[in-house]
Amino acid sequence: MAQGEKIETRQRIVLIGGSAGSLAVLLVVLPLLPRDLAAPVILVTHRHSGSDVLLESLLSARASLPVRDIEEKEMPQPGVIYIAPADYHLLFEPDGSFALDSSEKVNYSRPSIDVTFESAARAYGARAIGILLSGANADGAQGLYDMQQHGGTTIVQDPATAEVDYMPRCALQLFSPAHIARPADMAQLISSEVSKMQAPN
Amino acid sequence: MQLELTEEQLDTLIGDVQSLYGYDFGDYARASLHRRIARLMTVDRFVSFAELRYKINSDKDYLARFIDMVSVNVTEMFRDPAFYRALRSQVFPVLATYPLIRIWHAGCASGEEVYSMAIMLKESKLLDRSIIYATDINPTALGVARAGIYPLSQMQKYSENYMAAGGSEEFSGYYTAQYDMAKIDGALSKRIVYSTHNLATDSSFNEFQLIICRNVLIYFNQVLQDRVFRLFDDSLEGLGFIGLGSKESLRFSTVAESYHQINAKEKIWRKGRK
Ligand SMILES: C[S@@+](CC[C@H](N)C(=O)[O-])C[C@H]1O[C@@H](n2cnc3c(N)ncnc32)[C@H](O)[C@@H]1O
Repeated sequence: MAQGEKIETRQRIVLIGGSAGSLAVLLVVLPLLPRDLAAPVILVTHRHSGSDVLLESLLSARASLPVRDIEEKEMPQPGVIYIAPADYHLLFEPDGSFALDSSEKVNYSRPSIDVTFESAARAYGARAIGILLSGANADGAQGLYDMQQHGGTTIVQDPATAEVDYMPRCALQLFSPAHIARPADMAQLISSEVSKMQAPN
Repeated sequence: MQLELTEEQLDTLIGDVQSLYGYDFGDYARASLHRRIARLMTVDRFVSFAELRYKINSDKDYLARFIDMVSVNVTEMFRDPAFYRALRSQVFPVLATYPLIRIWHAGCASGEEVYSMAIMLKESKLLDRSIIYATDINPTALGVARAGIYPLSQMQKYSENYMAAGGSEEFSGYYTAQYDMAKIDGALSKRIVYSTHNLATDSSFNEFQLIICRNVLIYFNQVLQDRVFRLFDDSLEGLGFIGLGSKESLRFSTVAESYHQINAKEKIWRKGRK
């Protein structure tokens, strides 16, 4: 990998993608994340433009970590939850900072989970943890697989616990993730996977 | 999955396009540029990077296609209606005090944004004394803008945007339907001048009271963003306005000191201190 030398010093990152039925899961997982989580948490969910504020205020009220808007070119900060804005694809620059892109929808979606996960795979490689939740769309499966192929840690919601199991099933048909997890166990799993990765120096 | 494209290959291609044709993509934001070129390789079915490079180097007619595919041209009429509402209520009353109103749409893509502006100016009885310069790097998109012909299937959404932007007329009065296309009323084009202009390399060409540049700067790195802000600063009259896309900001630029944001939510700045 071209940016191989940088990866060692790169911070860790957690990405969560979901669609229909994922909000309920987020409301279980996010409040349980430890306050000193050593990685930023990036949420990519499908929703209608204009509903940003709603989701943000709902999550801020419940999450244990601060929820912040994404500023393009900003470096994601550990211990902060970021929500991908409606109507833009969220990418990562080679240095790991956020980039926004208003190009064509992918899988009928903008933001598309595939697009963000693929970009994170390139920029963060083995320093990334990707989680795919409930949803009625195939978006995210390919991207999560890319993350795995670039050495990242992958987690798929147990379809038996998903309100809409199409999205996690698509991922499981494509590859075997490192973990299949129930919502109640996810926060614990995320924090132990983050601590397994060496801290950036 | 598409072919892997390395950062080195991307640099090589940027170098070729720069030295052969003078288009400089060196200061574009990398992540998006990478996606565009990877997409071009898939859509135009290049089997290797070498083949794409050969095409660029040997076929100068392919350049227009390259520019068209590399630039993101996604746009709509009255995109972000609240932005247009703010223009109408906060900026137009100031523009109305000028005998000749000059507006620049930089990165206008296929023109939907420009016609939206023309419609609002017309409704505010300002269009006849306005002149709108609409520029873009992409000649293909400008061709569509000049023709003013869009898919009829979009009009429902644009009509909703128009009403959300505070429009009170019958939106369907601004176009005529021909089969599955909608042709924008020619009267709206009378005050619009289209031209290519490259924000990465070209200089200032006039002075304006309002510059609109939306969803263009997100594709540039900090260095190029700063160049563009200086270019806009040189092209803006003393108390002029700059309108940016909903995720863009003038705050971190080198000209930030000389501007203030006039609306807490919408990305509109005015030259001069508060
Ligand atoms: C996403 S579109 C934005 C269209 C419209 N302003 C809007 O917000 O809906 C971005 C446009 O910027 C243009 N662009 C990219 N690089 C440019 C440059 N260096 N100079 C001028 N225009 C450029 C592209 O060709 C494209 O049409």
